[in-house]
Amino acid sequence: MCLAVPGKIVQILSEEPLSRCGKVDFGGVVREINLSCTEDAGIGDYVLVHAGMAIGKIEEKEALETLAMLKEISDLSKADNPS
Amino acid sequence: MKHLAEYRNPEFGKSLYRKIHEISTKPWNIMEVCGGQTHTILRYGLMQKLPEQITLLHGPGCPVCVTPIEYIDGIISLSQRPNIIVGTFGDMLRVPGSEENLLASKSAGGDIRLLYSPLDALQIARDNRDKEVVFFGIGFETTAPVTASAILQASRENLNNFSILSAHVMIPPAMAAILENPHTKVDAFLAPGHVCTVTGTAPYQELCAGGKVPIVVTGFEPVDILQGILMAVEQLEEGRHEVTIQYSRAVRPEGNPQALKIMNEVYEVVDRHWRGLGTILGSGMAIRKKYEKYDAANKFDVRFKYRDSLVNHCGRVLNGEIKPIECPLYGKECTPEKPVGAPMVSSEGACAAYYHNSERVKAGK
Repeated sequence: MCLAVPGKIVQILSEEPLSRCGKVDFGGVVREINLSCTEDAGIGDYVLVHAGMAIGKIEEKEALETLAMLKEISDLSKADNPS
Repeated sequence: MKHLAEYRNPEFGKSLYRKIHEISTKPWNIMEVCGGQTHTILRYGLMQKLPEQITLLHGPGCPVCVTPIEYIDGIISLSQRPNIIVGTFGDMLRVPGSEENLLASKSAGGDIRLLYSPLDALQIARDNRDKEVVFFGIGFETTAPVTASAILQASRENLNNFSILSAHVMIPPAMAAILENPHTKVDAFLAPGHVCTVTGTAPYQELCAGGKVPIVVTGFEPVDILQGILMAVEQLEEGRHEVTIQYSRAVRPEGNPQALKIMNEVYEVVDRHWRGLGTILGSGMAIRKKYEKYDAANKFDVRFKYRDSLVNHCGRVLNGEIKPIECPLYGKECTPEKPVGAPMVSSEGACAAYYHNSERVKAGK
């Protein structure tokens, strides 16, 4: 139920507060989404969408940092356990 | 989707397992709170490769499972009234009420529409001014902002044929209740990522300090969950308890202030009964008096007849006291085709997640 799907904003349709909305691309499927709670997200940004509303912006910097950390754990683990 | 493949990368998974094995010295019970996380754990068979001494307990974070029976009965009774269109998320259709479910009411002629969003219900109300449109507002803090937004938009447009039956509930009070339950031993929580996208970490600080339990806000991909487990075990082994964020690409400590603002504008905190778990103080979100004309319970004078759960076992599953397979009804009287209890209905309910992945469950622990 708390499923939220990441999608990329491809168009802003309205800047009205409360009903700020735009088109969001979910890997090829494009839907109109309420963007009133993600005012700082613009075209090209990724947002997390739940039940027709973007509940948050996905931070590219944080996503890359997490991946870098995972890569580090993975590299260390390979160094310790060569197979 | 962007980076999704990396968060399913088996190489990352393997190294996280190794690291968890390396640092685990004692038995620990870790509860993943959200049903979406339970689903990932079962689907990817994450429990099998964890150290023997680490037990994952499945929490109550499935809104479909915990919505009280009297609210199911309430929305069914509304769907049977003439001139009312009921909008609902699809998961709610087959949830057993005290006598029947919404699907039976739909078959009997009720105008029940399966909707992706309460905002779609708003459009149905605009297009059908001669009818009343009631949306069944269930879900946690993830969902409450969008139903709040629908109410605010209806209010701005003076759309008077739209209302919501609000059964929204909040997660932290339920986690507090689990910590107080003498039958459940939780050493650490993986907190629900998307709830925290909205709320941030503030509501979890007190819980963490009071219960002396590590709380790791965790995402939903297999690598997210393994990393969340690692972060929890690190704290446990070092004797620390802090609120930390694994799911940092989507969760900020302050949450989403805009979403919190509209949620607080529309809803106030009330005590609420959770199916299978009983009444949890300060866990419900009720529509404020200011917006009472958009509150279906008030508008149509819905009388809620409190009924305790028909199946006590469900509460023990939702509390993490027993695993679904330990329930005497599991897979016998109670299956996804014919659910007796709500955790067997939604794919995120722990029982349905076990049932749909039963081969893996049999093979593992």
